[in-house]
Amino acid sequence: MLTLSAEDRPILIAGGFVLVILAIGTAYTLTVQGTASFLSPAYLLQQLQVGSFLGIVAAGMMLVILMGHIDLSVPWTLAAGAMLGTAIGGPWAIPVGLGVGLLVGLVNGLGVAYLRVPSMIFTLGINAVMRGFMVMLTGGFSPRSMATPTMTWLATGNVLGVPMPLIVWAVLSVGIVLLLQRTPLGRYIYAIGNRERAAYLSGINTRLVLVAAFVVCGMCSALAGVLLAGYSSKAYQGMGDAYLLPAIAAVVIGGTNILGGRGRYLGTVVGTILIVLLTSVLSVMQMPEAGRQVIYGAVIITMLLVYGRGQKVMA
Amino acid sequence: MNELRIRLGQNLGLLLAVLLFLTFYLVYNSLHPRGFSATVLVQNANESFVIVAVAMAQTVPVLTGGLDLSVGAIMTLVNCVASVVVNGSPLQMLGGIVLCLAVGTLAGLVNGLVVVVGRLQPIIATLATGAIYIGLALFIRPSPGGNVDDDLSWALTNDLGELFATYGLFEDGEAPWLAPIAWLPVPLLVMVAVVLLVWLPFRNSVTGRGVYAIGSAEGAAYMSGVRIARCKIAAYTLGGFFAGLGGLYLALQTSSGNADVPQAAQYTLNSIAAVVIGGTSLMGGTGGVVGSIFGALVIRAIAFNFRIFEIEPIMQPLFEGLVLLAAVSIGAARVFRVKNRLELLG
Repeated sequence: MLTLSAEDRPILIAGGFVLVILAIGTAYTLTVQGTASFLSPAYLLQQLQVGSFLGIVAAGMMLVILMGHIDLSVPWTLAAGAMLGTAIGGPWAIPVGLGVGLLVGLVNGLGVAYLRVPSMIFTLGINAVMRGFMVMLTGGFSPRSMATPTMTWLATGNVLGVPMPLIVWAVLSVGIVLLLQRTPLGRYIYAIGNRERAAYLSGINTRLVLVAAFVVCGMCSALAGVLLAGYSSKAYQGMGDAYLLPAIAAVVIGGTNILGGRGRYLGTVVGTILIVLLTSVLSVMQMPEAGRQVIYGAVIITMLLVYGRGQKVMA
Repeated sequence: MNELRIRLGQNLGLLLAVLLFLTFYLVYNSLHPRGFSATVLVQNANESFVIVAVAMAQTVPVLTGGLDLSVGAIMTLVNCVASVVVNGSPLQMLGGIVLCLAVGTLAGLVNGLVVVVGRLQPIIATLATGAIYIGLALFIRPSPGGNVDDDLSWALTNDLGELFATYGLFEDGEAPWLAPIAWLPVPLLVMVAVVLLVWLPFRNSVTGRGVYAIGSAEGAAYMSGVRIARCKIAAYTLGGFFAGLGGLYLALQTSSGNADVPQAAQYTLNSIAAVVIGGTSLMGGTGGVVGSIFGALVIRAIAFNFRIFEIEPIMQPLFEGLVLLAAVSIGAARVFRVKNRLELLG
């Protein structure tokens, strides 16, 4: 007899909804174009390639959300990683890009863990500061430096027909799953999300864990930035703006509790795929921006009403 | 003496915000070629109204320990509605204004219902409703445009004298008794009226006190018979009303509607910053709308100074971010005084 744990239900429902989206999209293309283009492997692979940028951001975001925090500095960490990476160029482009993410994550973590400033407001401030630095550096225009060949290859190349970003995402995913399931750090992250006080009393250095998770999140954002710069061959202003809210939505749709402590990484992957496919199907159906926003919001609310409801306050 | 000290301690955030604002604003005025004049005041009041309204909107849900990520979207939605309906005969215009405020309030009510009845986390629920409101705004106004009655927009974005002059009241605003107050900016008066007639009565009502109680300790509030659902829904609804007010004013100011998605997000983020600078705790329970007003004014006053010092406007985010970080880090000073680290952990 198969029993479902509380963590699995959202993943199954979200997965089912992905199939529903594909079915609706296919029904549309069958009637309008007479082809089932949504079901072709080429299309699905291409969607996964585009989705891997969001997936990488969401992976980092999930670690932070699991601790009951949030990272609003994603947009300009992503852009800063891309801009400084392309500006340096050469073999150091990618290390420098990732280093920016590490540094931002470190500052975020120190502010949240040691100064105990609410993460929502501290990362918001860091985001504004990073934006200020980048604007100062570029004068408010897109930098002219181009992505290095390695970045381009990582973002657009493929191995045996599998797009490179998808491989990067997969490797990162395996890493995150191992981190969450097989290392003390991962278990500490869940423990802090459930009750930081209890984790601290059990002898966990909660402040170090907070810093570590924010560092991983910053590096994930920067990695997405480096790949995105390779994909569009250069960095540009506001390249990260479109990733913050979808990343949070992907994590939450995947069943991770926004207050922390509960959630499985597989859910985040399914949530990412759901959002990418939803966006893609709506744009193929030539839905105007207005309708897309409304449907997007309605889907999030509906999904959460099905499985994301909180407890009633009872004392 | 003791009571005074306690009161000061409770309003430290507000005091800090007022002090910051006065510093920035005095520097601005003393360096401005036409500083300390009514013209400058009117212009500044105009530029500040929308962000002040959005900051007020954010405050009420935050007091319950929640958050409203849709304030910018509601503001934008009402802005677009206003660009369609605030026109025509005086009666039509009046109806249009009422409709605008009703749309804002209704959007807030929907937020409250989703959070309370749907039992969803406010962050994610308002993120989703915000997307819906932006979608509706885009539906009403796919491209920027629209029209707002010129007289009305002139009258409400100037000083009191102009308001009466536009409609030929009190000898075209030239009446002798009017002279001492004719220089007062209308947006400033509207804001004061909103605080006195909407916010203060709400805060002192049973529902308003419930909002603070929920933010302090929801479980305790529930056990003491506070009507949790009613208070929370009221908080989000009032937030929607304030955001709607901001959207309506933006329409008057620009004489048009614009469903600008990045701008909406920017207003939402700035509203959170204003709330925190104004001394309201993101955990809820302490602070208030007046603090957020000054928090928003601090953000605006910084921007004013950019013009005086002729710093490129593109540098603004850097300074805004630094001021925000500095303001919250001052509040973090207590971390280093706490003897038992357990007190810091939730």
